[in-house]
Amino acid sequence: MIIYGVAILATCTLSGLYLGSLLGEIIGVDANVGGVGIAMLLLLTAVHYLPNELSSTSISSKGVLFWNAMYIPIVVAMAAKQNVIAALDGGLLALLAGTLAVVVSFALVPIISKMIKREDSE
Amino acid sequence: MIIDTLFAILIKNSILTAFVTVGVIMWVSYFLSDKLTQGKFHGSAIAISLGLVLAYIGGLTHEGSRGLANIEIFSGMAIVGGAMFRDFAIVATAFGANLNDLKSAGLAGIVSLFLGVLVSFVIGAAMAVAFGYTDPVSVVTIGAGAVTYIVGPVTGAALNAGSDIIAISVAAGLVKSILVMVSTPMIAGRIGLDNPQSALIFGGLMGTTSGVAAGLAATDPKLVPYGAMTATFYTGLGCLLCPSVLYFATVALLG
Repeated sequence: MIIYGVAILATCTLSGLYLGSLLGEIIGVDANVGGVGIAMLLLLTAVHYLPNELSSTSISSKGVLFWNAMYIPIVVAMAAKQNVIAALDGGLLALLAGTLAVVVSFALVPIISKMIKREDSE
Repeated sequence: MIIDTLFAILIKNSILTAFVTVGVIMWVSYFLSDKLTQGKFHGSAIAISLGLVLAYIGGLTHEGSRGLANIEIFSGMAIVGGAMFRDFAIVATAFGANLNDLKSAGLAGIVSLFLGVLVSFVIGAAMAVAFGYTDPVSVVTIGAGAVTYIVGPVTGAALNAGSDIIAISVAAGLVKSILVMVSTPMIAGRIGLDNPQSALIFGGLMGTTSGVAAGLAATDPKLVPYGAMTATFYTGLGCLLCPSVLYFATVALLG
């Protein structure tokens, strides 16, 4: 049943967020630490242990695939609710700090990729 | 009467109204992508940019902090685009992802996470100093804002920063997040962002969940789970490091 897929997906998400919250409390920060990542691993574990129920052709998997396909529309809604005005109101300092952080981080992507590859091949 | 009744229904069923709104944005975007750019600019990239433009208009015409969702009939956008559905859909993208690729996040993930937080913080803090701020609390709060718009206010609150400083730090984080959304698909080719490994590194370096989620969606949705895997640890790490180690280091540096 489709609801089984949706229920499994929701269970994994809730469990992951719960564990991420606990992890945050343990290390003493006011934030969810790794919740979404833990949830993704839980989902893949569920797929592993319920191969028939969650094979990509099963009916249950349609409940997961629907939300998978809704990802981009949800991200578009997320873009539409951003506080763009506040970003622009922060003045030149905020604009420069945010922009430079992005530019330098972009530049680091290929550098770290190369570094890790070298590490792997050694 | 006809209009009032329509508005009442749209507001009462705000999530359904949001589905229609997003559907229209997607249709217009894919149409523009096809006709104006021959598919060169991906439809989803246009849709995300259009969403940001609508967020700007919503913020301009109506009081509030939720962009287009400031307008009552579009209030459902805040739910559909909120953290709950965002996280739910990100987890769903892991369906079909390669478990071994995700697990190999190890070293690459840790290096990019620490470097990502550190680099953004240092740039934000250096900018604050360049603009004449000398007290460590303000410098650290603004630096933390360049990490993410959540780390900024969390750090500011922990260090008792003024609300004007916290506002600047939130704005820096928002600039970062929005810029990642818009510019990732344009720059992806040049930084080799086309495989799970580089997506893991990208997620760890950028860290802003919304930015990474939207940036990868517009680049290649298959990469989303890998970027999300590392980005999900970034804000927590930032909240851990900024008000502690990085604050002490800043105090030591600024005397």
